[in-house]
Amino acid sequence: MTSASNTPVIPRPEAVPPPSLGRKLVRHFLTRVLFVVAMGLVLVFFALPMLWLVTAPFDGNPTLAVRWPDWTMSNFATIADNRYAVGALRNSLILGLGTMAVVLLLGSLAAYALSRVRIPGRDGLLYALLLLSSIVTGTAAMVPTFQLITQIGLINTHIGVVLVLSGGVLPTVIFILKDFMDSIPKSYEESARLAGASPFQILRHVVAPTARPGLAFVAVWTVVQVWGNFLVPFLLLRAPEMQPAAVLMYTFYTEGGQPNLRLLSAFSLVFSIPVIGMYFLVNRRYGFRFHGGIKS
Amino acid sequence: MLSADPPRGVRRPRKRTDDVAGLGHARAGLFVAPALAIVGLFLVFPAVWTLYLGMTNYRLTGLAAAEPEFVGIDNFTQALGDDAFWSSLGLTLVFVLLSGVIGQTLLGFSVAWALRHVTGWVKTLIETLVLAAWVIPASVASFLWLALLDRRNGTLNELLGTDGMAWLIEYPMASIIVFNIWVGTAFSMLLFSSALAAVPPSQMESARMVGATSWQQLRDVVVPNIKGHILTNTLLITLWTFNTFTPYLLTAGGPRGESEILAVYIYRTAIPGGQLGMGAAISLIMLVINLVIALGYLRVARGTGTKS
Repeated sequence: MTSASNTPVIPRPEAVPPPSLGRKLVRHFLTRVLFVVAMGLVLVFFALPMLWLVTAPFDGNPTLAVRWPDWTMSNFATIADNRYAVGALRNSLILGLGTMAVVLLLGSLAAYALSRVRIPGRDGLLYALLLLSSIVTGTAAMVPTFQLITQIGLINTHIGVVLVLSGGVLPTVIFILKDFMDSIPKSYEESARLAGASPFQILRHVVAPTARPGLAFVAVWTVVQVWGNFLVPFLLLRAPEMQPAAVLMYTFYTEGGQPNLRLLSAFSLVFSIPVIGMYFLVNRRYGFRFHGGIKS
Repeated sequence: MLSADPPRGVRRPRKRTDDVAGLGHARAGLFVAPALAIVGLFLVFPAVWTLYLGMTNYRLTGLAAAEPEFVGIDNFTQALGDDAFWSSLGLTLVFVLLSGVIGQTLLGFSVAWALRHVTGWVKTLIETLVLAAWVIPASVASFLWLALLDRRNGTLNELLGTDGMAWLIEYPMASIIVFNIWVGTAFSMLLFSSALAAVPPSQMESARMVGATSWQQLRDVVVPNIKGHILTNTLLITLWTFNTFTPYLLTAGGPRGESEILAVYIYRTAIPGGQLGMGAAISLIMLVINLVIALGYLRVARGTGTKS
């Protein structure tokens, strides 16, 4: 039976004599108000800076202030007109996919071997690597990294950046992938081997397909890391036509003179959307994972 | 057809039951080697090399670039005797404490705590915004804040009616601290909301039954339950905040070095300043601090026996 709305609220029996109903209601109400105000403040704090990113790109004459846009899509055309903008996005893609390829290939081979073969000192090695990757950050190692890449002649090349970034994320990647591979039942490989498959065939046709969720997670995670990375390409790439979007973005607003806000706003949005999209995709599909060094 | 799970009797006794694909040690080594080579060359080697570079007078240009000399611990004594270094270290400490340990952790926990029973669009909206701030590329996030804090057209001045206030020049440290809280709160929020979800409801219920206030529940039930998470959070946040370079994009260490945290100090010394040897010496100090933080974490984590 649906209860009528005018029946009084019956307090639940409790071990401790409750304060009078009136006081309780007032307190409840005040807590509620406080809660709403606090959440409102949090919302404003996080939304306020972001409003510019969703209004300015569509404003025919954007300023630094947030305001209702004078709707247009023409700002996005300025990206194509800029000498470096499209190239920078392509460079970001090259660095992201390049690092992803290196890390996936080397990481999955290493993770598989470490998962299946009892190499002496395996666990110690894994933890040492993980510890190292959280200590030797891009910031703390910028001077020797710069010097190393200069000496081996990879300064101002994408390969140099890809190698440095790969070295930084590989320990985490191996750790994550080993976790995934450990959870794959060994009986699959056993059966394949009984059927006469070589280790490489097993890796390609049995392990890789079963570990696909892990590989996909690592792939997206790596691209997200590289896409937003500023310091490493900023240090190692000097020529503007080599620089990825993260660095070009910075150049846009630090170059002398008034920044071109139509270009800047449209470029910011185009540059941010892929990474936001990928991140929420991963978050939705795999949930949030704590594997240390999620963002460095 | 492959059988998924052969009966036990069929399995022959084998020396290495783990190695089901028949890799063997040699091939396993080959599989691991390329990854280790990359990590060794581009992660381990630079760290070790810092030790040597820090003892030279390497410069980016000029004579000392071509033929650097070994100067021993000169760089270290010079750095440790330099007021700029100590002021930078002090600023870094304030930055890590206020923006990381206190700001991100408290805000992240509060949001997770406040939203623990909330469902629906409010939760989704707040979580999405906090996460977006974390995910947006640093150089975009920095510009968003430059726009927000702009002297003439900034939205903040418009809202507060403080026209002409140059936040980044008047309050550079406060600006980068608030900025870093904005960027990094997501991690603490996500960590704590998954930690809070794992607190046994029965314990919360019993606490409520005996009339514990929210504060008492928090102190006596929640905190003991999520101790491991608090530890993980604090140490990772400390490490990340200590190593972040993003404030450079906002203030470039200025004005007059007032927001020059250690990361920025190293960059300005080594790259635009050209003193690579000196920069390496300070890098080494930074690496040692990182090591101390990480080892301290490992020790405490092992001591309490909590899962990291």
